Amino acid sequence: MSFFDLVDPILQGLLLGGLYALFAIGLSLTFGIMRMVNIAHGDIIILAAYVTLVVVNQFGIYPLAAVAVVIPVLALFGYLLQRVLLNPVLGDDILPPLLVTFGLSVIIQNLLLVVFSADSMGVHAGAIQTASISLGGGLAVGWLPLVIFIVAVLVITSLELLFAHTKLGRAFRATSDDQTMAQLMGINNRHLYAVATALAFGVTAIAGVFLAVRTTFVPTLGPSKLLVAFEVVIIGGMGSLWGTLAGAMLVGIAQAIGFRYDSGSGILAGHLVFLAVLLLRPQGLIARTRDL
Amino acid sequence: MSLCSVRRLSAFYGDFQVLFDVDLEIEEGRTVAIIGANGAGKTTLLRSVTGVLTPAADSIHFAGRPIAGLPAHTIVALGIAMTPEGRRLFPSLSVEENLMMGAYAGRRGPWTLKRVYGLFPVLAERRRMPAVVLSGGEQQMVAIGRALMSNPRLLLCDEISLGLAPVVIKSIYEAFPAIEAEGTTLVIVEQDIGRALAMADTVTCLQEGRVTLVGQPKQFSRADITAAYFGT
Repeated sequence: MSFFDLVDPILQGLLLGGLYALFAIGLSLTFGIMRMVNIAHGDIIILAAYVTLVVVNQFGIYPLAAVAVVIPVLALFGYLLQRVLLNPVLGDDILPPLLVTFGLSVIIQNLLLVVFSADSMGVHAGAIQTASISLGGGLAVGWLPLVIFIVAVLVITSLELLFAHTKLGRAFRATSDDQTMAQLMGINNRHLYAVATALAFGVTAIAGVFLAVRTTFVPTLGPSKLLVAFEVVIIGGMGSLWGTLAGAMLVGIAQAIGFRYDSGSGILAGHLVFLAVLLLRPQGLIARTRDL
Repeated sequence: MSLCSVRRLSAFYGDFQVLFDVDLEIEEGRTVAIIGANGAGKTTLLRSVTGVLTPAADSIHFAGRPIAGLPAHTIVALGIAMTPEGRRLFPSLSVEENLMMGAYAGRRGPWTLKRVYGLFPVLAERRRMPAVVLSGGEQQMVAIGRALMSNPRLLLCDEISLGLAPVVIKSIYEAFPAIEAEGTTLVIVEQDIGRALAMADTVTCLQEGRVTLVGQPKQFSRADITAAYFGT
C-alpha cells in the first residue's frame, strides 16, 4: 500500500466529516436543550436543499449565497413548528414528540414528491464544485469540501461561544439542566424552545445548502441523512459539539476507507464504526457529564 | 398592607387533593413562617404561589392583582422568588452563572452580583467553580443569592436548613436581616419549628393540607403548636 492509498482516504474522510457534522448539529441541539428527538431532522436537511434549489432558480443568485435566504426561512419555519406543533406534545413522556416528528417526516417527503417529483435535482455552483488544491504526491483536496469543513468549524465555534458567554446560552444550559427552575428564573420555556429549534434549523439550512451544491438529491433522501446524524451525535458523545465534529470525522474516514476498497461497502464501514463505538465506548468519544 | 394573599386555595396532584381551602395573608415587611410535618402541603403552597402549579383563578393575589394561573416566568418578573427545597442549582453552570440566571427576569433593585458577594463572601472565592461541587451550606447561599438577584418583593425560602449542620444554618440565617433591610418580605418554610418561630412575625401551621393555626408566635404555647403540627 502506497503513502497515497493510506493518506488520501483519511484526508477526504476528515473533510467529509465537516458536512456530516453540519448534518448532526441540529439534531444534537434539539436533543441537548429539550430532550426532544426530531425524527424529521433528515427531511429538514433535504427540505433546505429544495429551498436552495427554488431560491437559486427563482432569483438566479449564486448557490452558496443562497444561505442568506435559506437560513432565515428554515429558522422561521423551525420557530413556528415548535410553537404550534411540538411544544404541545413535549412533556415527561418522550413518545409523543417522536410520533409527531415521524409524521412530519412522512409529510415533508410526500409534499416534496408532489411539488418536485421523484427526479433527482441539483444546483450548479460553477468551478468550486470541481476545483481542487494540489498538495503534492498526487494528493489533492477539493475547494468545496474544504469550505464546508471550515464552515462546520466556524459554526461549532460560534455555538460554543454562544453557549458559554451569552445570556441566551446560559438560558439554554439552565433549561437543559432543570426546566422548572429555569421557568422560576423568568425563562419562558415555550419561547426558548422555539428559539432553540430556530437555531437548530438555521444550522441545518447550512447543511442543506451544501448538500444541494455537493450532490444531487431526491425527496426520499432524508432518513439516510437522519441515520448519519444520529450515528455522528452518538459517536461524538451527547452534549459536546466538538465531540460531534470528531464523530463526524471518524464516520467520514471510515466511509472513505471503505469506498477505497470496495465502492459498495463505504456506507457499511461507517455503520460498523458506529457499532464498535457503541460497544467499546457507549458514552461517546467526548462525553460531557453534567450530573454530579 | 397586604403584599400577597391566598384565599381558599385548593391544590391537586391528579385526583389526590393536597391543599384544602388554605388561606394565607402576607403583610409587606412582616416575616411569615409556615410550619408543618412532611406532606402537610407546605411546598405545594409555595409551588402554587410561584406558578409552578396552576391554581384556580382568583385564589392568589400579589401586590393588588390576581396572579393565579399566570405562568411561572411572569410571576417571577412581578417580584416573587423562591429558594426551592433541595436548592436545585443548575449543575452545568458555575456559581456566578447560577447567580446571573437569577437576574434573567431583569427586575431592577438593590441586589447585584457585587451585593450578593458582599452578603456571602465565600461565594466570590468560588465564583468560577461549578455550583454543585460546593458544600451544602455554600450551595444554599448560591440558591438564596440566585433568588435575590431577581430583586424580589417576596422571597419564599423552602426548607433552607434541611440537611445542614447547625453552625452552617446559623450563618445562613444571619444573612436574613440584611435581606429584610432591603425591603424584601420573607416567607420561611421549615420543619425546624424553633428557628422559624424565632424569626417570624406571624406563623401558619399546616396539617394534611389544612390550616390548623394562624397568629403571632408568642400567642401560642408549645402544646398549642404541637397539637396543630401533629394533630391530637
